[in-house]
Amino acid sequence: MQFIIQQTLNALQLGSVYALIALGYTMVYGILRMINFAHGDIFMVSTYLGFFGASFLLGHALHLPGAVTFVLTLLVAMLGTSLLAVFIERVAYKPLRQAPRISAVITALGIGLVLENFTLATIGPEPRILPQVIPVINFNLGGVAVSTIQVVILAVSAAVMSILDTIVRKTMTGMAMRAISFDKSVVPLMGVPTDRIISITFALGSSIAAVGGTLYGIAYMIDPYMGIRIGWWAFISAVVGGIGNIRGAMVGGYILGFVEIFVAAFLPSTYRDFVVFALLLVLLVFKPTGIMGMPVVQQKV
Amino acid sequence: MKRRHTVPLQRGWLVALLLVLILFLSILLPQLGILNLYLQQVIMYVGINIILTISLNLVNGYMGEFSVGHAGFMAIGAYVSSLLTVLVFPRSLGPFIFPLVLVLGGLAAALAGLMVALPSFKTRGDYLAIVTLAFNMIIKSVLENIDAIGGPRGFMGMSKLTNVAWVYIWVLLTVFAIRNFVFSSYGRGILSIREDEVAAELVSVNTRQAKILAFVISSFFAGVAGGLFAHVLQFINPRSFTILKSTDVLVMVYLGGIGSITGSILGASIYTVLLELLRPLGVWRWVVGPLMLVILMVTRPRGIFGLREARWLIPAEEVQADATATS
Repeated sequence: MQFIIQQTLNALQLGSVYALIALGYTMVYGILRMINFAHGDIFMVSTYLGFFGASFLLGHALHLPGAVTFVLTLLVAMLGTSLLAVFIERVAYKPLRQAPRISAVITALGIGLVLENFTLATIGPEPRILPQVIPVINFNLGGVAVSTIQVVILAVSAAVMSILDTIVRKTMTGMAMRAISFDKSVVPLMGVPTDRIISITFALGSSIAAVGGTLYGIAYMIDPYMGIRIGWWAFISAVVGGIGNIRGAMVGGYILGFVEIFVAAFLPSTYRDFVVFALLLVLLVFKPTGIMGMPVVQQKV
Repeated sequence: MKRRHTVPLQRGWLVALLLVLILFLSILLPQLGILNLYLQQVIMYVGINIILTISLNLVNGYMGEFSVGHAGFMAIGAYVSSLLTVLVFPRSLGPFIFPLVLVLGGLAAALAGLMVALPSFKTRGDYLAIVTLAFNMIIKSVLENIDAIGGPRGFMGMSKLTNVAWVYIWVLLTVFAIRNFVFSSYGRGILSIREDEVAAELVSVNTRQAKILAFVISSFFAGVAGGLFAHVLQFINPRSFTILKSTDVLVMVYLGGIGSITGSILGASIYTVLLELLRPLGVWRWVVGPLMLVILMVTRPRGIFGLREARWLIPAEEVQADATATS
């Protein structure tokens, strides 16, 4: 029983990160109908921004309280990452708005490779670990080990996700986003600045990924290759939840977290990919639009 | 009118003569030691990449779907053909049964293609991308977990059966097969699916059957390319066939241009040779290469030869029809 609870906790921790990254995929897909394959590598860059931010803050012996350092690290990563994402959107995706849809996807693949290999070439392939931003205290609750890291990860991601959900549901910007994803050609006629809304979507999606990145960095090792693996898993999360659906991406992230941890707990870890992707295929056969996706109105003769 | 008919005919002979001449060169040059081993290897990789690119272009370019798991089919072809040459057939027979082995590898990949195609063409859009992605990951994972074929350590022991001439012959066969397919009535059905699926169905194209057929043909050639690849390298492991390999093929397709065999030949050659030339840059070549792809895509979203074709690849009747239409 304790084993199960412990694994559940680990799954929630990992699932939070997947969910945060999956949100970026799903938001961009919702608004542009484009799979932004560079998103995983943007997440990877954000962990390095968090790494350098934290090293700078701690290295200069500013003696800031732990919470302040953590929040500052988070802000540095979020700001840097969203600037990068908006820049990429402006330079690489915007000129392709009218081009065949796949051209933008291929460009995104290329951008992802550039980011990954640039990091590899400049920072090096060795795995790194974030300096201790928050003090690690381990509690023992009836045989289940809980650390402050886990508490912070779960709390921060829950907070960020509910903030995003509010933005999308309650604000004018969120309404514009939903409107664009509903019908891209009519919305500009209503006076909605489409380009600005798209930029905001990229900025929001990538800063959420940066939160995920920093949280990931305080719990796990980081390296330049992780963007691919974790990016793909987050993408699968978005698909499982129903791509284009924000709450679906959150649910999908946690599902993938649970599957990954529990497969590793009961089976050899090499079966992990196999089980996850087989489950994905089975799900897609029965529910092609994901768990919370809208049913696609198929054109039929 | 009569003169017009003879011109393409002469052109056809010229092309055939040229192709046979190259075949002799591809046998002779390595024999005489004019091409060193490194150059031979690069040429073989170019050829294998051309086969991969043309076959993926059939699905992604001509049909307008988005398949991202081409390396999975390549892996099946590579493993099946390697197992056949190493474990099933006697080694002395190797060079003679090599074509048969490649075809069998291709057929195995085609079977896998059929299994992927059957469920995934029920819905349209990005779901083929997700299914093929999952397929690629599953194949890699399965190969890693079968210890009898080396698991994650890989499989070796193949003789170096692939040579420049064989690669050349298979490139020709691929170009011939895909070109004739595309210009057949089935191929036109596939083009019409790309343009408008509903309209295609209205003019009684059996869209589901056409899609499955194109996907199976595409998988077959990916399997053949895998077999050739395995017998160049003489060592394969599951990590050679990850999603990164699939990404490489995608890049070559879109670099060369969708819906064009000429484009695929160009895209595969340019990308392969370029990465080889950039080798002195070390890790940085993987920054420069993709960056050039991004710049090309932004400035020329349809790729180098998108939706166009070199003249000698277009059937004579077609050229004539074009000429009469414009005149």
